[in-house]
Amino acid sequence: MSTSTNSRHSRESATAVVGSPRSRRPRTKPVNWRRAGAWVLVVIAVVVTIAPFLWMLRTALSSNHSLASNAGNLLPADFSWGAFQRVFGLQSPEQAIAEGGSGADINFWLYLRNSIIFATLTTAGQVFFSAMAAYAFSRLRWPGRNKVFAIFLATMMVPPIFTALPNFLMIKNLGLLNTFAGLALPFMFMTPFAIFFLRQFFLSMSREVEEAAMLDGAKHLRIFFQIVIPNAAAPLATLALLTFIGQWNEYFWPLLVGQDENVRVLTVGLGVFKSQSPQGAPDWSGLMAATLVAALPVLILFIAFGKKVVNSIGFSGIK
Amino acid sequence: MTTLAKQAEPAAPPQPGKPSKFGIRRIGDLKIALLFIFPAMIGFVLFFLVPTIRGIYLSFTEYSILGDPTWIGLKNYTTIFSDDLFWNAMAVTVQYVALNIGFQTVIAIGLALLMHRVAKSTFIRGVLLLPFLVANVIVALLWFWMLDYQLGIVNEVISWLGLPRIAFFGSDQWAIPTIAFVNVWRHMGYTALLIFAGLQAIPNHVYEVANLDGASPTRTFWSITMPLLRPVLVLVLVVTVIGSFQVFDTVAVTTGGGPVNASRVIQMYIYQKAFGESDFGYASALSVILFIILALVAFIQMKFLKGNETDLD
Repeated sequence: MSTSTNSRHSRESATAVVGSPRSRRPRTKPVNWRRAGAWVLVVIAVVVTIAPFLWMLRTALSSNHSLASNAGNLLPADFSWGAFQRVFGLQSPEQAIAEGGSGADINFWLYLRNSIIFATLTTAGQVFFSAMAAYAFSRLRWPGRNKVFAIFLATMMVPPIFTALPNFLMIKNLGLLNTFAGLALPFMFMTPFAIFFLRQFFLSMSREVEEAAMLDGAKHLRIFFQIVIPNAAAPLATLALLTFIGQWNEYFWPLLVGQDENVRVLTVGLGVFKSQSPQGAPDWSGLMAATLVAALPVLILFIAFGKKVVNSIGFSGIK
Repeated sequence: MTTLAKQAEPAAPPQPGKPSKFGIRRIGDLKIALLFIFPAMIGFVLFFLVPTIRGIYLSFTEYSILGDPTWIGLKNYTTIFSDDLFWNAMAVTVQYVALNIGFQTVIAIGLALLMHRVAKSTFIRGVLLLPFLVANVIVALLWFWMLDYQLGIVNEVISWLGLPRIAFFGSDQWAIPTIAFVNVWRHMGYTALLIFAGLQAIPNHVYEVANLDGASPTRTFWSITMPLLRPVLVLVLVVTVIGSFQVFDTVAVTTGGGPVNASRVIQMYIYQKAFGESDFGYASALSVILFIILALVAFIQMKFLKGNETDLD
């Protein structure tokens, strides 16, 4: 392997030297059409990915009535913050209706708060409890360990809709419909994926420090909190980030148990906002402002930690 | 250090059933393990195990939330077999899965090759992943606006080109392809990243040998990349097909299953049966069938595409 790399290297440098003895970049080198074509495809893919988000922003900053006459204009049609004001309930119903909204009471501040509570609660619980379980599955020795782990993993196969119906009935019987407890409980304790993800990491961690600590008489609880958790900070953060984004985007379960305004999360709120929009002439500006508000936290998280997310996909998604 | 480590480890994995010299070894760390696993166990039993069993039980009952479930044996299942709406939902779902997975996989393989060979920066990978991180609901609404019949930018472009406008979400023949396309857009970058991870696992020297032998890029792709990528590709297919069968969010916020039955996918049908008509028994039977179908699909894919074997030896 090394020889072939070397020979290719030397050949490449040789041609470079022959082609242009003085300048660093050979001008005579023919255009690599295949490579240029590939870059065109990359650019197309990036544009196709980004353009809809820009269109979302452009629409949100337009005034709804002007959209029709400026449908093809790339800049905001008749720039206005009105859509955002409608979304956050800052306009009076009359003003909202005049600007093309429904006039219905919609308050995205509340939904934003609810989404933050729901996603934070479930992420914190899920990651912490899954880490504890992963520790038991990777570091402790007890009879039946692998069997229990296999059963946990098997539940990954069960489609969410299948457990959603009985879970709904249980939450309803417990009287927890339209409460944060009802929203969060099914996600709070574990997911097979989270345990699997962390177990893989714990297994690859060096045991030496832990064993030294154990010889010093440290108990498992102390080892877990003072050695394992700090050492696993990076994968824990990645898992927390992925879980948070997933929970932020969750729609089906909150739709079932969290219809009430006081616990309504953003995704459900968006559905309501859309269905309340006047039928013949929908409030597109308002709708896009609302989607932007709902997408923004994820976009910010992504800009801050994108690299981590990108690099974690692949080994987390498949293995 | 090594000797210390050896001392600290219990001699052998405890074998349940076999009496060991020291009782304490057989139990191992059971006590502390129970403590560590306790919260996860609560979640597992309450929200995975019990609901799974209860779901199967409910599928044999008639249950409308009020009162108690009444046992009716296989009646739900026999009804399903002659239920036209069920067969319609299945047909619609399969059509969606075929379109969604077909386009998504081909595009994702292309993008993965581009990420691997041409655009190697993490930044570009990040950009392509972006739609996947945004909620289904948001993506659905965004495209619902862009594909609007009257004002949507896509139809504006279509009419500039002198073509007739298309009712993407509003017509029978376009509803499912449109929803499939929207989700291809959302998932292509993510799927490409999964495949990209598989491409990275193919050792470089394989390509170098092919290069020295004078194989064309096309030949290299079909004779080397694809066969070696197969295990990863099968896993990606299993995961994406299973996800695709459970499409709901996009349908729920755009067409709601319409026009008429044109986009009433199976999960939408289950949802409507349970929460629209309070027919929990029937809805449970439908989800049991969905569960069985998904298990079969995963099994068939693994079996016939030999996902668990690798050619890298």
